[in-house]
Amino acid sequence: MKYLHLIWAALFRSKTRTFLTLVSIVTAFLLFGMLDAVRTAFDAGGKSLLGVDRLVTSSRYSIIQPLPKALQARIAHVPGVRDVAYANWFGGMYQEPKNLIFSYAVSANYLDVYPEIHLGAAQRKAFDETRTGVVVGELLARRFGWKVGDKIPLQSTIFPQKNGDKTWQFDIVGVYTVAKGSANGLDQSFLLHWKYFDEANAFGSRSVGWYIDRLQDPSQADRVARAIDALSANSDHETKTQTEQAFSASFAKQLGDIGLIVGAIMGAVFFTLILLTGNTMAQAVRERTSELAVLKTIGFPGASVLAMVLAESVLLLVLGGILGLGLAAVLAPVVSNGSGGMVNLPPVGAGNWTLGIGLMLLIGLLVGALPAWRAMRLNIVDALAGR
Amino acid sequence: MRKIKSFLGGLGLVALLALGLALWSRLPPAAVGGLLLLLVLWLLLTRRGRQTLSVAGVGISTLGQRIGASSVIVIGIAGVVGVLVALLAMGDGFQATLQQTGSNDTAIVLRGGSNAELNSVLERDDLGVIADAPGVARGSDGKPLASAELSVVADLPKKSEPGAEANVSIRGVGDEAWALRPNVKIVQGRRFRPGLRELVVGQGALRQFAGLEVGHQLRLAGQEWTIVGEFVSRDSHDSELWGDAQTVAAAYRRGSSAQSVTVRLTSPAAFGTFKAALLADPRLKVDVSTTREYYTKQSEGLTKVIRAVGITVGTIMAIGAVFGALNTMFAAIAARAREIATLRAIGFRGVPVVAAVLLETMLLALLGGVLGGFVTWLIFNGYTASTLGSNFSQVVFQFRVSPQLLWTGLKWAMAIGFIGGLLPAVRAARLPVTTALRES
Repeated sequence: MKYLHLIWAALFRSKTRTFLTLVSIVTAFLLFGMLDAVRTAFDAGGKSLLGVDRLVTSSRYSIIQPLPKALQARIAHVPGVRDVAYANWFGGMYQEPKNLIFSYAVSANYLDVYPEIHLGAAQRKAFDETRTGVVVGELLARRFGWKVGDKIPLQSTIFPQKNGDKTWQFDIVGVYTVAKGSANGLDQSFLLHWKYFDEANAFGSRSVGWYIDRLQDPSQADRVARAIDALSANSDHETKTQTEQAFSASFAKQLGDIGLIVGAIMGAVFFTLILLTGNTMAQAVRERTSELAVLKTIGFPGASVLAMVLAESVLLLVLGGILGLGLAAVLAPVVSNGSGGMVNLPPVGAGNWTLGIGLMLLIGLLVGALPAWRAMRLNIVDALAGR
Repeated sequence: MRKIKSFLGGLGLVALLALGLALWSRLPPAAVGGLLLLLVLWLLLTRRGRQTLSVAGVGISTLGQRIGASSVIVIGIAGVVGVLVALLAMGDGFQATLQQTGSNDTAIVLRGGSNAELNSVLERDDLGVIADAPGVARGSDGKPLASAELSVVADLPKKSEPGAEANVSIRGVGDEAWALRPNVKIVQGRRFRPGLRELVVGQGALRQFAGLEVGHQLRLAGQEWTIVGEFVSRDSHDSELWGDAQTVAAAYRRGSSAQSVTVRLTSPAAFGTFKAALLADPRLKVDVSTTREYYTKQSEGLTKVIRAVGITVGTIMAIGAVFGALNTMFAAIAARAREIATLRAIGFRGVPVVAAVLLETMLLALLGGVLGGFVTWLIFNGYTASTLGSNFSQVVFQFRVSPQLLWTGLKWAMAIGFIGGLLPAVRAARLPVTTALRES
């Protein structure tokens, strides 16, 4: 610590060089912050701890195959199941085809199964009592400027009404917030009554898209899942029950291997960064050869010189890295809000910071290693003589 | 006052650069070639040009001594170009795969308002009306070339990750499908027989999913199906399994309905008649588009997203690379300050010095661009990936590192090199001769 001012002075000995290098590091970590947040958001999918007590039962053959509604009562009787809700994909679109809405036709008890959805008691009551009532997530409401009391025409890309009209009228009766750590996209959902949906749609067939089974004890998940699938084994609607996490993860995976793409980009970025800062450090040490020799002459041991050069490169990386990550943390919500939910950059989380700081230290040590080693092995006489 | 002046000067330079970049990005190859020719002529024919050449020659011949610093420029720019080209190649590959699926002389009919086949339903009565509409070509047996099709989705295990399942599209097709899509060719085994639970598998699907080899059994909708053949189409059908429409409909309890009808038109010009006839028919409520139009629309969204991501990531990386180049070139100029001052003292003007430094940086940048483009081409050209298409099933596509993309990459490299070299070059030219000469 007592050498801090010395290290600081060495770092800003050549201001231009340090500034230019810093900007490169800042951009690298800005990119890292944004991309790594995207990666974790995809990885997580529904990996929020809030959903560990839920299973999802869908058709074994594919998610688009409907299941009979009659299954609900039978699943509810499986020991270990506390509550069974169900939902159907509505495929809503607001005004323009690009405004696709995460809209689901849900059972009356759906909100009970998702305790992380916070809806005021009065609004909940209004939702229960209004046939055409819907509740929407806060982010979605903000994106289109919706308020409680608004009448929203929503087109379904899949289901026409009995009269052939594809535009459905809904009344917004509630706007909900979600608990911190909820699965991605939950605050952008649009929930309508399955009952209304089933009665009014042209193909109304008393079938549902998937069941959400709330467990009494999350540790029993495997057993309960097998018991639920056994209910419809060898029928024409065999099911597949998995944890909500696995269900969401399989969705995210289908989009493509986001982790691999992000990993490849980051590899290219950091490889370049190592080369760049490595070069800067080498230059810095080369320029200061005689100064380092003086330090050694007046009694600094080799190990101290080594530590100081290493500390300098780590400090450079950490300074730039924290600036970059901080910039990413500030920019992500700005971009998300500015685009009104169209582009949803996930916030930079604690996990991203930890990984980022780890990388800063690692790269700092890596690029400092060779110059520091050279500084330590410096021969005083040669260095002072400028040989 | 001087500070304000230099600040304004800097601001002007930045604005000029932005304008230059905007122009540069729109410049066609021929114009770039023309510029290059002008440059070469200037270098060879004018006095200043020859001076530039000799100054640049000194700089370039000493590159070997500064190999570490110079490689920062080369590798940094190679990284930018590599990432940019790879991402754009992904978008282009996806778009090309879907666009190739369509043509102007086939049309697809969906229920009104459905954006994709998956959302569409056409009843049996509609199917006959559509097939008999004017403008539909007829086969040698006099039957209209129309295929009522059904696309369902099945979860199958992926090859790349054991245990993970993904959606594959199962297309039930009519008898005329083979005549409608002459590019679909059986390469192994045979076609499925109508009425039997038999499937043929596209090459892309075969590569992505496990257990689809010819002769294997597959469990779909609770029934056993046999794979009897493998086909190649080189478009998005490659990601599908095909079976008989009626058998698939029966297995998935779809009755006698279908989701889409694809027809071959007598000529691309007949599309207007065909569309008008269907829209005017009171029995139908359908959307009609050429297959080219339909598949192009399907690729639009994702292609746009990939492009935007590619350009954003590329821009941020480019900023980093510009600063890397600045760093290197400033250091190079500082090391050669005496030499440059000497040149100035014996009568070299500013322009050759600026041009020489720029030339050196851009040469390094070009090297980086070529390197990045080449490595990307080596790794990613033809690289197979898959994503979720609009029919809620996997679309297999290949990255396409086309010459146009490589050209774009090179243009980026040159732009980065130019910006990275400009400021150091200006500083070199402005170096006060006397102080620079005195410096050790």
